[in-house]
Amino acid sequence: MTEHLNLLPLLPELTLAVGAMALLMVGIGGRDEERGELVLWLSVAVLVLAGLFVAMGEGSVTLFGGSFIVDPFARMLKLLALTGAAVALIMSRDFWRNAGGIQFEYPVLLLLATTGMLMMISANDLIALYVGLELQSLALYVVAAFKRDSSRSAEAGMKYFVLGALSSGMLLYGASLVYGFTGSTEFSQIANAAQPSGANLGLIFGLVFLLTGFAFKISAVPFHMWTPDVYEGAPSPVTAFFAAAPKIAAMALFVRVVISAFPAITGQWQQIVIFLALASMALGAFAAIGQRNIKRLMAYSSIGHMGFALVGLAAGTEQGVQGVIIYLAIYLVMTLGTFAVILSLRRDGEMVEEIDQLAGLSRTSPLMALALAVLLFSLAGIPPLAGFFAKFYVFLAAVEAGLYALAIIGVLLSVVGAYYYLRIVKLMYFDEPVKGFEPMPRPLAVVLGAAGLLIMFFFVYPSPLVAAAGTAAKSLF
Amino acid sequence: MTVGLSHYLTVAAVLFTIGVFGIFLNRKNVIVILMSIELLLLAVNINLVAFSSFHGDLVGQVFTLIVLTVAAAEAAIGLAIVVVYFRNRGTIDVADIDHLKG
Repeated sequence: MTEHLNLLPLLPELTLAVGAMALLMVGIGGRDEERGELVLWLSVAVLVLAGLFVAMGEGSVTLFGGSFIVDPFARMLKLLALTGAAVALIMSRDFWRNAGGIQFEYPVLLLLATTGMLMMISANDLIALYVGLELQSLALYVVAAFKRDSSRSAEAGMKYFVLGALSSGMLLYGASLVYGFTGSTEFSQIANAAQPSGANLGLIFGLVFLLTGFAFKISAVPFHMWTPDVYEGAPSPVTAFFAAAPKIAAMALFVRVVISAFPAITGQWQQIVIFLALASMALGAFAAIGQRNIKRLMAYSSIGHMGFALVGLAAGTEQGVQGVIIYLAIYLVMTLGTFAVILSLRRDGEMVEEIDQLAGLSRTSPLMALALAVLLFSLAGIPPLAGFFAKFYVFLAAVEAGLYALAIIGVLLSVVGAYYYLRIVKLMYFDEPVKGFEPMPRPLAVVLGAAGLLIMFFFVYPSPLVAAAGTAAKSLF
Repeated sequence: MTVGLSHYLTVAAVLFTIGVFGIFLNRKNVIVILMSIELLLLAVNINLVAFSSFHGDLVGQVFTLIVLTVAAAEAAIGLAIVVVYFRNRGTIDVADIDHLKG
């Protein structure tokens, strides 16, 4: 066989993998703080470079006997994941500096996790899917426990590892059944074999186990129990990273598997996705109400948001997938902006995590309070902010697919969810100030400002994102 | 009686169930959880090899080798996290992993 192997579409992944290894060597050269900072900025540069390579690609290409696919869908979600990773990395700088120096392993681990995410997004085969997922997960288990002298961080790492490994096991068991009952690991051949007439119990079992594994990774109810503990225990910049990039990669994987490997048996997975969406939206709305810790609150918020994104997938149409992509993009901006605030809540050299401590923020730091208020209104889905359009597109897709009950319940639950976001706004604007925070580090201020502006003025010019998401969704069908 | 595909699948399903129960029912020791995770992955390997030989298709066995490799990496990282945890708390009792809740 003299087939010419074209590695060009693989360039972003290669850049990240080689970059991570090169940066390990840069880091090993010295252990001083400047070295850590150098590796951090170089990692950001590697992520940006990978993003440029992603953006340069065109058309749909498959590699390695069809196990790796680069199409507009993959490119769009890779750009989102890379953005999330790069911004989360930039935001972590001041946290680690204050915690006693940046360790160079941290940016390198994030680079490896991001490599895994890109593999997941481009996976077109069960083996590629598993390897990408594990590369991402193994790096994330380590960063969750990265603060080795903190017992909370160690506990978060432990919980994440045990439940993550369990979910990988479930996913793999499902993959083995799907392989066994369709005779192939490649998505297109699985799709050929998985016809309604040939959908036997074994295949359905495999599909359910696969979806269970995905639900764990995107923290959809009833497989969400690790999320609040891990978000609270992990160091704050790690939590910011967890809430952004891995969610996008896992959701991309979820969408690609159900749409391109099981298109003929939509009825089988649609009920499961509807259930996941309803349960996640409900838990995200109700369980967050009693939270006192802002990172825990963001955990429940992310559970709820994944539920809303799943509404689009439940529709199972091109429009639905477009809605999911728009939702993920807007969710990414809102989450990163909110975490920029969480990461800058420092007082007397200590991080503050209680929500009550935000009282009177509008008087001590008015700009930060304003930006946070915009983000919270957007998270609650109030027009004309971007969060409203995110919900609008997924619910529109659900209605057009005939899922009226799901859309109505979703809208009602988003009203319930608005309560706890607005409670924070009320605290900031109408309660007596506790005590000012330390001034916001510049990278965080830039991220917060950019996120606030993007969210506030999205409605002026939404067409680029909507069109890009449309092209991306089209390539899956 | 010949040993067929369904026998292998049954053994794998039993092993997988034991693994899942080992994670959820065990209240004693984190090491037992790590062993249960290994059990889950080995159950999957039995499935994959059985299907691979049933279909006469090598992909399943390649998959098995990859799973074995990843399982080794996973065990290494799991043990490292257990060590970090033990240094902080001085115990690896499962019942004591409850400082984070709300």
